[in-house]
Amino acid sequence: MNTLKKITYNCRRATFLIEKKSLTPISIKEQFELKLHLAGCSVCQLFQQQSLLINRMVKGHFFKKEADLPNLDSNFKQSLEKRIEAELYRK
Amino acid sequence: MPTEKGLEAGLEDLSILDPKKWVERYADYLFRYAILRIHDQDLAKDLVQETFLAGLKSLSGFAGKSSERTWLTAILKYKIIDLYRKESSGLANIKDLKQEEASQDDFFYNDNGHWKKEYAPRPFEELADPLRDKEFNRILQDCMKKLPKLWASVFTLKHMDDEKTEVILDELRLSKANFWVIIHRTKLSLRACLQKNWL
Repeated sequence: MNTLKKITYNCRRATFLIEKKSLTPISIKEQFELKLHLAGCSVCQLFQQQSLLINRMVKGHFFKKEADLPNLDSNFKQSLEKRIEAELYRK
Repeated sequence: MPTEKGLEAGLEDLSILDPKKWVERYADYLFRYAILRIHDQDLAKDLVQETFLAGLKSLSGFAGKSSERTWLTAILKYKIIDLYRKESSGLANIKDLKQEEASQDDFFYNDNGHWKKEYAPRPFEELADPLRDKEFNRILQDCMKKLPKLWASVFTLKHMDDEKTEVILDELRLSKANFWVIIHRTKLSLRACLQKNWL
């Protein structure tokens, strides 16, 4: 199998390039390889979409989804406050 | 309109630390910050406490260049990276890694690297409804919890915190090649986990 054909069929390599590209500019050669692969591979196109969705979720969820996260219990907060006060007086 | 002097005084106020108000103002924020990055409530609690105590010890080091919250968050962030470093070394983690890597070798055919049919991505169900959105997020967090520690650390630092790659390589003692392999493998795992659990 020649190199070009190899890359056209290699989804492992293509998904690697998709991940790299989402974080840093990739080389001209890599861009070419990826473009060629994606043109003929709908499964990796779907992978790319889903990968970018995951990236957005990971980046966005801290601020938007704060309400879903657990709160500190008030007992723990009270003990923390006491601890801080004690430390302050020790100085 | 405030005079120039008034403005200066205002800026100075911002730089005064007020530890007695820390818990009320920042404890929940810091706790959530930690939970999202380490996925363990008890550890997150410990880290919040340690952050406040470390802050108290270095009150004089506060330069007033950032807000109190930013300053405390930076202390917490260092503590999280410390934890990542400790957690991602050690034998238990190496075993974890081997298992996860082996399971991924099933995703593609060895000879040509093409997706095996049973592991190939299928479309996710639509995310149109905000409630489903929440559910998706919860599953995503569960999936992140299941990752080998080293992968979760690298992935979180890069994707959640936009950390510079060089910093991550340095902090977690990784080679650049290794870093990209981890970034790739983590996404393959996460996506597969979402596919399995998102119905």
